[in-house]
Amino acid sequence: MMLDTATTRTAPSRTAPIFELIEVEKVFQVRPPGRRFTREKVGLRALDGVRLSVEKGASLALVGESGSGKSTLLRMVAGLDAPSGGRALYHGRPIREVRAEGPGFARDVAMVYQDARGSLDPRMTVGALIAEPLRHFGIVPKAQEETRVGELLERVGLPADAAKRYPSGLSGGQVRRVAIARALASEPSVLVADEAVSGLDVSTQAQLLTLLRKLQQEMGITLVFITHDLGVASYLCEQIAIMYLGRIVETGPTDAVLNAPAHPYAAALRGAAPRFFEPIPEPLPGEIPSPLDLPKGCRFSTRCPMAQDDCRTRDPQLGTLGAGRAVACLHPLAPSDT
Amino acid sequence: MMLQQINAEALLSVSDLTVHRGPAKILDRVSLSLAKGETLALVGESGAGKSTIATALMQLLDGAEIEGTADLQGAGDLLSLRKREMVKLRGQRLSMIFQDAGAALNPAYTVGRQLITTLRRNLGLSRSAARSRAIELFTQVGINDAEARLSAFPHQLSGGMQQRVMVAIALACNPDLLLADEPTSALDVTIQAQIIRLILQLTRERGASCIFVLHDLALASQSCDRIVVLYAGQVVESGPSEEVLKRHRHPYTRQLESCVLEIGRKDLQAPEGTVPSHDQMPAGCRFATRCPRALDRCAREAPPLTPADPARSDARDHLFACWNPE
Repeated sequence: MMLDTATTRTAPSRTAPIFELIEVEKVFQVRPPGRRFTREKVGLRALDGVRLSVEKGASLALVGESGSGKSTLLRMVAGLDAPSGGRALYHGRPIREVRAEGPGFARDVAMVYQDARGSLDPRMTVGALIAEPLRHFGIVPKAQEETRVGELLERVGLPADAAKRYPSGLSGGQVRRVAIARALASEPSVLVADEAVSGLDVSTQAQLLTLLRKLQQEMGITLVFITHDLGVASYLCEQIAIMYLGRIVETGPTDAVLNAPAHPYAAALRGAAPRFFEPIPEPLPGEIPSPLDLPKGCRFSTRCPMAQDDCRTRDPQLGTLGAGRAVACLHPLAPSDT
Repeated sequence: MMLQQINAEALLSVSDLTVHRGPAKILDRVSLSLAKGETLALVGESGAGKSTIATALMQLLDGAEIEGTADLQGAGDLLSLRKREMVKLRGQRLSMIFQDAGAALNPAYTVGRQLITTLRRNLGLSRSAARSRAIELFTQVGINDAEARLSAFPHQLSGGMQQRVMVAIALACNPDLLLADEPTSALDVTIQAQIIRLILQLTRERGASCIFVLHDLALASQSCDRIVVLYAGQVVESGPSEEVLKRHRHPYTRQLESCVLEIGRKDLQAPEGTVPSHDQMPAGCRFATRCPRALDRCAREAPPLTPADPARSDARDHLFACWNPE
């Protein structure tokens, strides 16, 4: 579903994917580390050759450690950043171009930010915050605004009187609900969420996850969801893309990938997720390397427990592995290894 | 209370710890005990009082009224010690690791200086002895190139490295009790596994006991001998990890457990409501407003902690507070 975009690329049509990223690169120009007063700039490769497509109604989890490029990829999908190389398409047209044409794109692709509280103006009431997109996109006549705000609050499980309150008077879970209500206000077909449930209590997290799943199933919303929690990914998303140092290293149906990961990094992530009464397995050594100083060969070779000699010289590309899966590894794990 | 009878050899025994902040009762008669070398997890939602217990034990809780006792073997009641005496104990007998290592470390000093100061002040080491001990400690906590890293400032280190520095500082003077307040919730899972394993390994080597504040029950089951489940400032269930999680009696423990998303889980029953705020605390059982098994009695009377199964010796200190247990 998300693979081999090169072979299935067609003219924009109803069946074309909503989003299609083709060999997308993002290079940020930064000062060399430790040299604050220089004019010299070096390229930081945050994304490198990312291929991905998101079909209508799909739910995709982007997973990886901090520094793997998840948020950069999300910003690209939301049209907040332009790719430095490759093409990022929305219904077959460059995202940035569509976005520049008017509010249509922003109405169709709504975003829930990681820092929900920071994304809401503290001086506006919840009601005003949710009414803002309604008015901006002209969703309902002004007379119906209040009713619609009430409906949106109800849909995300907040009491109607929450409309009169300020974000500062709400708990972390409630603030996330407001951010989701605000995103839904423009009646989008795509919801893009960056760690929308992280840092919450498990019970609040469960409430939000059931809400998101309901929205996805009942409204047919397409979901692109960043998370570092594989349990969340497996509950909410049918597809998964595991990222490491700016690349997608494994992708496919979530259950298939997590039941039998082919990439040693996917296997390590799965092993590190807490599981009741299992001894904590030997974790991956070290930390994600700096994107300014990428390892030679496979990027994961410096931490990979199975690295062989050729891994340090040859850079593996994302290749198909059957049944909608793909992996970027020279020596992928066989299902029996995991 | 009964906890103390069972654990005469306890390293730490807390009894009836109550904390008021203004009109709000943040902790309500919390009792727990910890044997030498044992690891204990405090679990519950935010506002349950997990961190309050840890900070109260360290006497780091400002602006609150504290009642009850917390006896640390050989040191007396931690809660009534004078500030000067407490300063001597911190680091030497008990120390704490905080959730946000980046905020806990002083940004203006190198990490080496912060560790060396700890060593010199508490152990009276000379400058050079403290420096070589600091290098040893950094190596023990898995910091590569330890000597060079001594001169790094906190902001130059990753979150995982900062937490390793915190572990090194906390364990520098071999305390017998380590309090770890959500030490890994800001870190990636792979780094979380590294840090938890590191803390467990180092405390085990030193024969130290450890209290973890955690919100992840699965992680608690992997890392702790015993679990104390807190709800709205009260202990609702406590005992050996296996007992509490596999033979839980309190409906809240079940609810917490059912919210843990292990990989592959597709069914999730989200609980209703939220923890009541302090001014709306129910008179009886505090969980009654959200409890699927609540009886009329629950709203009126607060249930006491009772032994789950007095007949079974391995379940002796498994306690729960519920009128209608599972």
